[in-house]
Amino acid sequence: MTKSNKKDTNLVKASAAEGTRQPSRRQAIKTLAATTTLAAVASTTPLFGRYGQVQSAEPIKIGFQVHRTGIGAAYGRWYDRTTKAAVKKINDEGGINGREVQIVAEDDGTDPKRGAEVVEKMSTQHGCDIAFGTLFSHVVIGSAPRAGELKIPYFVVSEGHHVASGMLNRYTLQPGITDVKSQVQAMAPFVNNTLGKKVTMIYPDFAFGHDHRDYFSAAVEAQGGQVVAKIAIPPTESSFTKYFPKIPRDTEVIYHVMVGPAVLTFVKEMGEFFGNSRPEIFGFIDSLEAVDLASPGLEFLEGTYFWEGNPRYAQANQSDYDKAYRAAVGVDNNGASISDPKDVSTYAHMFGCWETLHIVKAGMEASGYSSASDRAKLIEAVEAMTSMPHSYAHPQGAKEFNGKTHQTFGHQYITRVENGKLVLAHTTSIADTYYPDEVDYTTQSF
Amino acid sequence: MELVPYLILGLLEGLVTAAVLSLMALGLSLVFGVMRVVNVAHGEFFMVGAVLAWQIASLFDGHPAWGFLAALLVAPPLTACLAVAANQLVLKRIEYDPERTIVATIGLLYIIQQVTLMTYGPDARPVEAPFNHRLSIPLVEWTETGLGLYWPWGLGTTSYKLAVILAAVALLGGIWMLMTRTRFGLLMRATQLDRETAQAFAIPVGKVYAAVFGLGAGLAALAGVLIVPIQQAHYLMGHDPLLLSFIVVIIGGLGSLPGTVVAALLIGVSDGMISVFFSPTLAKIIATLGVAFVLIFMPQGLFGKRSL
Repeated sequence: MTKSNKKDTNLVKASAAEGTRQPSRRQAIKTLAATTTLAAVASTTPLFGRYGQVQSAEPIKIGFQVHRTGIGAAYGRWYDRTTKAAVKKINDEGGINGREVQIVAEDDGTDPKRGAEVVEKMSTQHGCDIAFGTLFSHVVIGSAPRAGELKIPYFVVSEGHHVASGMLNRYTLQPGITDVKSQVQAMAPFVNNTLGKKVTMIYPDFAFGHDHRDYFSAAVEAQGGQVVAKIAIPPTESSFTKYFPKIPRDTEVIYHVMVGPAVLTFVKEMGEFFGNSRPEIFGFIDSLEAVDLASPGLEFLEGTYFWEGNPRYAQANQSDYDKAYRAAVGVDNNGASISDPKDVSTYAHMFGCWETLHIVKAGMEASGYSSASDRAKLIEAVEAMTSMPHSYAHPQGAKEFNGKTHQTFGHQYITRVENGKLVLAHTTSIADTYYPDEVDYTTQSF
Repeated sequence: MELVPYLILGLLEGLVTAAVLSLMALGLSLVFGVMRVVNVAHGEFFMVGAVLAWQIASLFDGHPAWGFLAALLVAPPLTACLAVAANQLVLKRIEYDPERTIVATIGLLYIIQQVTLMTYGPDARPVEAPFNHRLSIPLVEWTETGLGLYWPWGLGTTSYKLAVILAAVALLGGIWMLMTRTRFGLLMRATQLDRETAQAFAIPVGKVYAAVFGLGAGLAALAGVLIVPIQQAHYLMGHDPLLLSFIVVIIGGLGSLPGTVVAALLIGVSDGMISVFFSPTLAKIIATLGVAFVLIFMPQGLFGKRSL
């Protein structure tokens, strides 16, 4: 061996060892450089090869954050179908600014941490223009900050009050679906006047459920009613009978809203608990989204009321817009899939995807959106929107968008279970659902 | 709700939990007792039993009892076959080494879970119970005319839940008979006592291991089939029962079958009672604290032998 010399590099020693099985450092660095270059080229080159044609040939990429697995899987399935139908309609009509709309879907597992990673992937890896589609409130709260950091417009379809509360950022908007605070506020008068003044609330123990707990309690007490018990159940729970003994004996109305894979078990066990002597019941259709109302054990729901974001069953006053929307998405008059009547849809929520995509189209066309540098202009264009009339683009009903709070307001529907179907009993006005602004995102910088 | 109805409801719910838990924990305990290995994938066999039950029941159109009966007869043996295959392909090759088995069964857990996700999907699907009538439970009270019955609000159970409790008792009895009265039981107990001596007596230890692993998985699947009309079949449903089974097996004593049954009763009933009086989360906290207590002061469990 040569005498040790501090100037001896590993390269010398390595080349001496080239005959052995260990790769030399020089070789390792070369391979690393080659792989990195290859990876860099591969990730920036579109699949069909590099091209330098006109900007308008490139599609508009919308990153779709979808709950394919996890507790939101049932909603994710229908959000996916509605999104595909909306994109097909938009593309058939010429796309956005003459450009084709392309959906890049990623599963977030209904997990907040994974949600933030998906937003990052859409922004940095897929090069999406915007991100959209998140439903579950805890995932929105976990993902929206990342969207704000990456400065990518984030259109959520969530119902949570977190957008309008000022908790999030100027990049996060909810123009296609109403939020819980406005919904429960409009429900409180009906519950108090029609069903009873002493209410027991049963809700899932996370952000969305807490919105129900806080805002409905306030609304009921403002009406002169009283919430006698608040029962929080984890959305991952699978057995519910043990929670029901907490319902006070003097309850007049049960107010229930539940999410997660076990909602059918929840409603069934509630029926088993009450037997023949049930109080009045007012539920949010979330407790039965994607569940067939005719399931065994649900007979006790006859005569009870539900909030529905969009009535599942086609009503007597069905608009032509609803008819066309159902046909486009593939849903029959009972709210189930045309190809499988047992596959019931999440009809009260999925319209949010359809309407949001149409709002994105309107916003991009109003702002002359051409590339990611126009994202701020897109957001400003959407913030300038106000009234959205009832139309094929807005089949759930007319909307009033509040550009300052980034939240839309719309009609809420109350239906009653009659002979195994949900029949419309009451439609609120949009004004019934207003509450004072809590934030003005337009004063925030981009 | 008043005190006595609370107690009764908690007891009934707890007994249902205990029934299903005892079957599942028994499977785990058997596997550990005879084979001396921990099967972390045990919860997934429970889930597979429930998912197969849905698959089989959905093939029948008429009265749900036929579909459920078919599921009860077919799903556990199918799951047992899956377990035996896993044993032959994986566990046998790592020679049942304790640490390697834990790692290997964790891998099995993920494989089974994800394959179920890829085929059955992420949704929870219900299976209709063969019969399900709500039974109001009356209490006795002192009225002007003497002793009378009254029906407290909310106090009830269903005929199916009672059937689950009875079925579990019958199945536990059957397992006891299997262990003590049959030749197969004799072989299992001999292998459990001393593996080398059993081999010296020409007991086919390899085959016994495979059969025991299959039996353990079959018991878990049976528990899954029994619970699926009450809950639903979902690909993540094996996670919570696995934790509870470990708690039960540790408290009861690894390898002790009576200990497992007693511990399952204890954990199940206390879970039901504490859930109804306080909260389900507190019940889980107490169960886990119980394990910690046992591990510190009585590491062999309630019924286990001192040195293992």
